[in-house]
Amino acid sequence: MTATPKTLFDKLWDAHVVVPESEAAPAVLYIDLHLIHEVTSPQAFAELRARGLAPRRPERTKATLDHSTPTLPADAHGRQPYSTPAAQAQVQRLIDNCRATGIELFGFDSEQRGIVHVFAPEMGFTQPGMTIVCGDSHTSTHGAFGALAFGIGTSEVGHVLATQCLLQRRPKTMAVTVEGELAPGVGAKDVILHVIGAIGVNGGTGHVIEYRGSTIRAMDMEQRMTLCNMSIEAGARAGMVAPDEVTFAWLEKAPRAPKGEAFEAAKARWRELRSDAGARFDAEVTIDARDIRPTLTWGTHPGTAIAVDRAVPAAHDEADRKGQRYMGVEPGRPLAGMPVDVVFVGSCTNGRLRDLREVAQVLAGRRVAQGVRMLVVPGSGQVKREAEAEGIDAIVRAAGAEWREPGCSMCIAMNGDLVAPGQLAVSTSNRNFEGRQGPGARTVLASPLSAAWAAVRGVVADPREALRPASPTPEPQREVA
Amino acid sequence: MSALHSPDSVASAADAARVRIRSRSVVLDQPNIDTDQIIPARFLSTTERSGLGQHAFSDWRRRADGSPDPDFPFNRPENAGRTILIAGRNFGCGSSREHAPWALRDLGLRAVISSEIADIFRNNALKNGLLPVVLPESAVRALMARPDDELEIDIATRELRTPDHGVFRFPLDAFARTCLLEGVDELGYLLSRQDRIQLYEERFHAR
Ligand code: SF4
Repeated sequence: MTATPKTLFDKLWDAHVVVPESEAAPAVLYIDLHLIHEVTSPQAFAELRARGLAPRRPERTKATLDHSTPTLPADAHGRQPYSTPAAQAQVQRLIDNCRATGIELFGFDSEQRGIVHVFAPEMGFTQPGMTIVCGDSHTSTHGAFGALAFGIGTSEVGHVLATQCLLQRRPKTMAVTVEGELAPGVGAKDVILHVIGAIGVNGGTGHVIEYRGSTIRAMDMEQRMTLCNMSIEAGARAGMVAPDEVTFAWLEKAPRAPKGEAFEAAKARWRELRSDAGARFDAEVTIDARDIRPTLTWGTHPGTAIAVDRAVPAAHDEADRKGQRYMGVEPGRPLAGMPVDVVFVGSCTNGRLRDLREVAQVLAGRRVAQGVRMLVVPGSGQVKREAEAEGIDAIVRAAGAEWREPGCSMCIAMNGDLVAPGQLAVSTSNRNFEGRQGPGARTVLASPLSAAWAAVRGVVADPREALRPASPTPEPQREVA
Repeated sequence: MSALHSPDSVASAADAARVRIRSRSVVLDQPNIDTDQIIPARFLSTTERSGLGQHAFSDWRRRADGSPDPDFPFNRPENAGRTILIAGRNFGCGSSREHAPWALRDLGLRAVISSEIADIFRNNALKNGLLPVVLPESAVRALMARPDDELEIDIATRELRTPDHGVFRFPLDAFARTCLLEGVDELGYLLSRQDRIQLYEERFHAR
């Protein structure tokens, strides 16, 4: 008797069903790890209090502060420079809620505090085979470890706190297979922007994506996280990569992952977590890595991705025209050459050590062009420490860019770090929606390499130029005063 | 009719109001309206659920100089009090913020019609009494063309009716429908399964 081949998703789903799904009701799904931050949790704690409920398994919830937190250092008395009293009150509310319920908080006194999707994998809280949720759509990041990880709303944050479970209908599955070697100057961010451009901002709606193929296998964990992070930008519920030796090597170093014999036992279980040969997906997409070039967005949603050397396409509809007007781009003209006001490096998409190394590689011995403001924001305390140990902060500062404390910063512009109305930002974050980086701000999504090169050139530019030592391209025309 | 809950079984007027939504519509004819547009991030510093309606579509409601844009649908006097929104495809994409349905409910909306509604938004909407109505693009176009028609959305029969006797069936998860009709809340339902949760924890997570 041979069992029906299962996808990685099927295995994770089946292992977490507490009560099976029926026509009348969704499945009750067990959640192994729950992550919370200050923005989407206060109303959930209030709901629990109103009903006289306490968290069922407080040890399965981990909290951090990231969205409303300042990225400038605290003053001599340890006071944080909050942008508004509301931001401060929101942070304080999470501190109070964690204290009252016994939930472990990685706050300002923790060296590990950081963006929720950066710090949890570093700590080893994120592990293969887990179900992981957070009141945050980029929870899909954790799927890079072979976990089923997805974003939920605040009501559901309350459900998980109270019952450690969620009501869920089984989603559909999609395989995105990427084969071949990536060209120099092309990274995980370009791959995912290319994928979203290919399947569209709603191409993944209702699906959990599994990324497969030789290109994905060759990626390190940081790249896989970048990839899975933006699954939601294609509308997908989650993105995942089957765990392998690369995954295990990361976890072996993570402080809160299993240790010793427990680690070996876990590893044996984790090895089973892959789609069986012949497993069926509801949808399949195949992409040739050699077709992928440095990729940027021209419009106001991530589906407007194009290769850097291509022209902005003609508008299909009124929405495209509105996006082009908002961005100030013209169909038929390339993005390259557009003057840049702000460059932001950071976020849960590209705020990890590898990303900062790529940026430092470009900035070393160069200067940020005059008139460009560049902000480099490490994704976590750990990223910041490791980057500083390598001298990346010194390179960033010497180039004329700002080196900040960890947090979400200009990705969501809730903490006072924002792009002024009408300014053009090249950003390593994940959303180019109207006003995402501040009212009226215009965002071009890009890889860390593209962002750093745009900062040096002062215009949107092809990052492959930065990799050619004897480039015929003139070095920064605009000198820093 | 084969509906599990026929409208006749509904006793009070309050219950009837829960079953049927009657209104003219407000039209936002644009695809991919993301939750950052519905409620921009700078209004998320709140620790409350209420009061977000005044900030809904904040950046679209005002002109560059800060004055209200009289052409924006939610600023037009004839649209005051309307409880149905018709929007372009892929409504509610992007951030998982439940502040988006909170803001729309606070504006007085009770239903959103689109040819596609993003997953997390749809889930969040249902938990807040905002009905997601997904219809074929052609039907959405037809409804958008006649915003002054009084539509009737019947949750019990999963039908949307137009004044000229047009009837559109829309999909609605059986559980979501029961919750809306009977006022069942999901947390209460989950709490009622605690014995099963306990069993699961003992069996699979004895660690
Ligand atoms: S970095 Fe941006 S996308 Fe990531 S969690 Fe923070 S705000 Fe959300």
